[in-house]
Amino acid sequence: MVRLPGLFAIQGLLPVSLQPFFLDHMPIRLATCLCLTLICMLAAPSIEATDEVAEETYLAPDQFLADTFDQAPPKPQVLWLTKSLKPRIREILGHDYPAVRIRYWRQENRTAWILEEIGKTQPITVGIAVEDEQIARLKVLVYRESHGWEVKYPFFTDQFQDASLEDDMELSKNIDGIAGATLSVNALERLSRLALYFHQQTNPPPPEA
Amino acid sequence: MKSSNPHWKRRALAGIATLSALAGNHWASAQELPSREEMWAIIQQQQAEIEALKERVGMTEGTLQETQQAISIASEQVEATASFVEEVVADTGSGAASPRSKTSIGGYGELHYNFGKKDQADFHRWVLFFGHEFNDRVRMFSEVELEHSIAGDGQPGEVELEQAFIEFDLNETDKLKAGLFLLPVGILNETHEPATFYGVERNNVEKNIIPTTWWEGGLAYTHQNASGWAFDAAAHSGLYVPTSGSKAFNIRSGRQKVGEAEASDGAITTRATYSGLPGMQFGVTAQYQGDLAQGTLAETADATLLSAHADIQRGGFGLRALYARWDIGGALAGVNGADEQFGYYIEPSYRFATETGDWGLFARYSVYDTFAGDDTDSEDSFFDLGVNYWPIDNVVFKADVQFTDYADSSKNEEIVNLGVGYHF
Repeated sequence: MVRLPGLFAIQGLLPVSLQPFFLDHMPIRLATCLCLTLICMLAAPSIEATDEVAEETYLAPDQFLADTFDQAPPKPQVLWLTKSLKPRIREILGHDYPAVRIRYWRQENRTAWILEEIGKTQPITVGIAVEDEQIARLKVLVYRESHGWEVKYPFFTDQFQDASLEDDMELSKNIDGIAGATLSVNALERLSRLALYFHQQTNPPPPEA
Repeated sequence: MKSSNPHWKRRALAGIATLSALAGNHWASAQELPSREEMWAIIQQQQAEIEALKERVGMTEGTLQETQQAISIASEQVEATASFVEEVVADTGSGAASPRSKTSIGGYGELHYNFGKKDQADFHRWVLFFGHEFNDRVRMFSEVELEHSIAGDGQPGEVELEQAFIEFDLNETDKLKAGLFLLPVGILNETHEPATFYGVERNNVEKNIIPTTWWEGGLAYTHQNASGWAFDAAAHSGLYVPTSGSKAFNIRSGRQKVGEAEASDGAITTRATYSGLPGMQFGVTAQYQGDLAQGTLAETADATLLSAHADIQRGGFGLRALYARWDIGGALAGVNGADEQFGYYIEPSYRFATETGDWGLFARYSVYDTFAGDDTDSEDSFFDLGVNYWPIDNVVFKADVQFTDYADSSKNEEIVNLGVGYHF
């Protein structure tokens, strides 16, 4: 029987049998711990299975652009954050965007943006593709916060699909949050609105009838 | 654009006048053609005009080229300026899409007013967070807390290290934590910034049964994956409860806070969490403590904590529910019924946005009993009603009223609480 130092009294460094514990009342205590450990072990196969998912959830910006534009991203263009854009940016973010200009990629009426916003204390890097004034894809590229890991995964980010910008600069859809990670969720929601606004400012040609 | 020859207009007009005069003469005497001298004069005159016009066109083209050159130089200068600004921003780590500062600072704080049998004002918690990213895979988190505003001999407060651990990413889904960390149990223990929960004071169940805020020193492993499941397993220092007096086997009194803590008997905590549906989180924790008395008794007072919770937010509607239970081994804990301790609460809420910020209303029914192992009625229950107002996400004002129903009815009171809190 393997013993964990510190978990049970170490008497003269001799292993103490766990038998008295099993004979103790309420074996359910250990059984519960073992059950959860078993669940963890059962989850182990999914660790391998998540290798594919990892590519899906943690993307390099280049990979995000390649995926967005059928493996052939166009040359980047630049949107200058001029005086005329600043009031709206401030309305959306609650502060200025900390850059002079923003690189973006456009092919016909689809644009792609790589934007950053602080969640609680750390910046979250997000890739957002907009098409026909609607969000086509939203992927978290880098996540550094200790809470709210859920926002990296499609079961959360899929909510942004097809969201558009209302006249009052709000999203057309309600985004359900993540317990304990309100600030990260709000940061993503703000960036999605910003990408939609930037897309409007680049005046993509209307979709061909 | 200025012409270097301001007389060209005058000369052109003179030429046209001459031509007109000659033409007039011509029509006046239709039979008379101009003489060769006159023709020559006209041709010379026209030639002069052509030269003048050529010169003018040449100048215009030259100026156009100069303008284009100036524009391209200006563009290059703007580009250079922007690049320089972006580099400066990148170096200082203060901008988006740039190498960031590796060290981050955060924190939270809350001021409480309580009006009941005893009226008091208390800056309950002031916390400073420091984090540092050594590289993409290794980082440090730490939190220092000042409780009750003033610490020192005879003062009500304490200075405490609430978190200080190193976190290693093993891969995209698995992490290791080593150091002093908050235990993965309940709703509030790991996430308790004032703006994230309802009510001025934290609920009594998580305070007395779990007992939040609860940190220990040790090693923790976390697995989180795309299905929305997360698993934690941690081996860490254990509780050390008093074994006599009024606080005998009181779980909250057993927190050693990792200050030269008795560590002959440790503990293991495991948790499974599902949050694969946005707005919902369900968690189950099981913990085993080797000996709550840390070897000071003739017997072993081993203990098990089981806890389950749901935290649901759909649109404006919220629901939090939690159940937690301790079972303590050995004979001594059973003497006054402290061998069984449990608590539960249910908290529906509704949050809505207004022009000036968000408002939330909540009600909470909570019950806990730290002596549930005997027949004596020792159950305390509470009913809270209240409101939160968030002018911005990071700041909250709170007001609530609490009605108590103690097993010892002489302790009953109605408490009005007011509070303000922030986190960043």
